[in-house]
Amino acid sequence: MSGPTRDRLRPARLAVPDVLRTGAVGLRTRPVRALLSALGIAIGISAMVAVVGISSSSRADLDAQLETLGTNLLTAENGSTMFGDEASMPLAAEAMVDRIAPVDEVTAVGRIPDAGVYRTSKIPVAETNGLVTYAARAGLLDATGTEVASGTWLNDATAHYPAVVLGSLAAERLGIGSAGPDTQVVIDGRRFTVIGVLEPAELTPELDSAALVGWPVARDELGFDGHPTTLYARADEDHVEAVQSVLAATANPEAPNEVDVAQPSDALEAQQAADQALTSLLLGVGAVALLVGGIGVANTMVISVLERRAEIGLRRSLGATRGQVRTQFLTESLLLSLLGGVAGAAIGATVTLGYATTQSWETVVPAWTVLAGLGATVAIGGLAGLYPAIRASRLSPTEALAAP
Amino acid sequence: MIGSRGPEPMIELDDVRKDYAGGVQALAGVSVLIRRGELVGIVGPSGSGKSTMLHALGTLDRPTSGTVRVAGHEVGRLSDARLSALRSRYVGFVFQHFHLAAGRSAVDNVADGLLYTGQRIGERRRRAALALERVGLGHRMRHRPHELSGGEKQRVAIARATAGDPPLLLADEPTGALDSAAGAGVMALLRGLNRDGTTVVVITHDHDIADSLPRRIRLRDGRIVDDER
Ligand SMILES: Nc1ncnc2c1ncn2[C@@H]1O[C@H](COP(=O)(O)OP(=O)(O)OP(=O)(O)O)[C@@H](O)[C@H]1O
Ligand SMILES: [Mg+2]
Repeated sequence: MSGPTRDRLRPARLAVPDVLRTGAVGLRTRPVRALLSALGIAIGISAMVAVVGISSSSRADLDAQLETLGTNLLTAENGSTMFGDEASMPLAAEAMVDRIAPVDEVTAVGRIPDAGVYRTSKIPVAETNGLVTYAARAGLLDATGTEVASGTWLNDATAHYPAVVLGSLAAERLGIGSAGPDTQVVIDGRRFTVIGVLEPAELTPELDSAALVGWPVARDELGFDGHPTTLYARADEDHVEAVQSVLAATANPEAPNEVDVAQPSDALEAQQAADQALTSLLLGVGAVALLVGGIGVANTMVISVLERRAEIGLRRSLGATRGQVRTQFLTESLLLSLLGGVAGAAIGATVTLGYATTQSWETVVPAWTVLAGLGATVAIGGLAGLYPAIRASRLSPTEALAAP
Repeated sequence: MIGSRGPEPMIELDDVRKDYAGGVQALAGVSVLIRRGELVGIVGPSGSGKSTMLHALGTLDRPTSGTVRVAGHEVGRLSDARLSALRSRYVGFVFQHFHLAAGRSAVDNVADGLLYTGQRIGERRRRAALALERVGLGHRMRHRPHELSGGEKQRVAIARATAGDPPLLLADEPTGALDSAAGAGVMALLRGLNRDGTTVVVITHDHDIADSLPRRIRLRDGRIVDDER
């Protein structure tokens, strides 16, 4: 044995597995309490991960939608005159808009006033179901990016006949599941065969409640005056704004202020922005839940230290330094909240998956959310454990041992 | 210093005082020398300062004044970390109420006693098993405290205190919670450890046990009133 003066008396460092094992003592001996206080953290983290996950999944879905629908569709719609009547675009409006150089494609619909759509002729005229009849150009579907759900779209031949294509909502309200030669509706007292039903029109929802007939048949049979009421123009991606600025004046040179110009993809984006505000609110609620969870952990740790004074005294008598006691309780607090954090992240991701699946979205759980959640968990565990751990380490060994 | 013959000193107290808030003087100037290999009893009425003295000997508490030397180290000059290292290497404690971790097997309780020596878990378990064999509990390794008798619990506690072969073993009324047969078993263990070279200091209220010890330090009101061999 070396002499006392040469004995440096350096405390041994605990190996990492020993630190973890010692930190887990409290969790193992009081599993129910550990589970309950981890639950608080889990609720907070899962709420936050789910909120961000669902919002990201919805955003990704919108991006994908805009990717296929394009953001270069512009509409020019009849506004109202200075006397409050509905304005009217000239007959040549389409041709004039088509002459704007960066406009790739232009098409139009013309609303046919007072032409209600009914399942049979026996239904009172006043029950319009909110449905509107439009004369539609053949290019409408391509320009608006709308798909046919059943049957076909109007062509040059059917445009001359009493044939109609129904928007998705119109078909639903009329109780028509699919198109067919025997399916007919009554428009302005005349029978029209339903040759097609459309999918929901994402960019141009006004078409959902529309009955679309050919331009010629509308003029011949329904008294349509031939004036377009809405123009749909696809502009070159790089010149959308430029086209937008001249669209009104081009469509109606005599009264540009009587034309309402819009970019339908804006509406989708605006809706998303509104959802974003809700997301922030929910995120705040999640943060509060997390804070409450953190307080729960702190509370558990304070009680744990009080109850385990005898154990602390024993460990000190066995040679634990103050630092090692502090580390033990800090580790316990970190394990506790990390347990909640990992469970919460898993629950949040699962909720996102479930919700996205019901909405037929692709599931997106950004890695940063999970990492931020676990980071927050570690920070909370550290903060919650700090004070109890310091108290534990400051206990006098003899007083700790005297505890019952 | 008191005498210079015999083995090296294990513990030296020099005019050690311990005051508590409220004017209680638990130790009122205690000086004593305990050499390596001694077996010493501390006796005296309740409240006379026995536990306080044992805590000072074991470096669990710092005296208000006076010097304490353990294995040549002056306790007052050591930081908390070094003091802890000293305890982990030199001192084993046995308490009246065992202080075993509930829900942990005997061998785990003993192995945890070696945690702060820095040994790996395998080595700790191996030594814990040896220490349990030594106290005659080789057949109770996997039992948890609530499955053990009082005497067995105290033997587990002794195994924990001695698994690291500390040169000094301090016991505060180790037989206080046991019947006389179990108490005799515990005392026999302490005597055996002492025979093998461990310095043992034991507080006891039991006159028969006290009379059987080679040296008795008698305390009253925080002072040594008798030191008989
Ligand atoms: N933490 C404390 N604060 C205040 N006074 C204390 C404290 N610990 C002990 N004392 C007092 O110091 C004195 C000595 O206490 P100690 O525990 O050393 O007695 P003891 O001889 O071990 O008695 P017993 O045989 O009952 O265990 C007592 O008067 C006690 O009340
Ligand atoms: Mg006592």
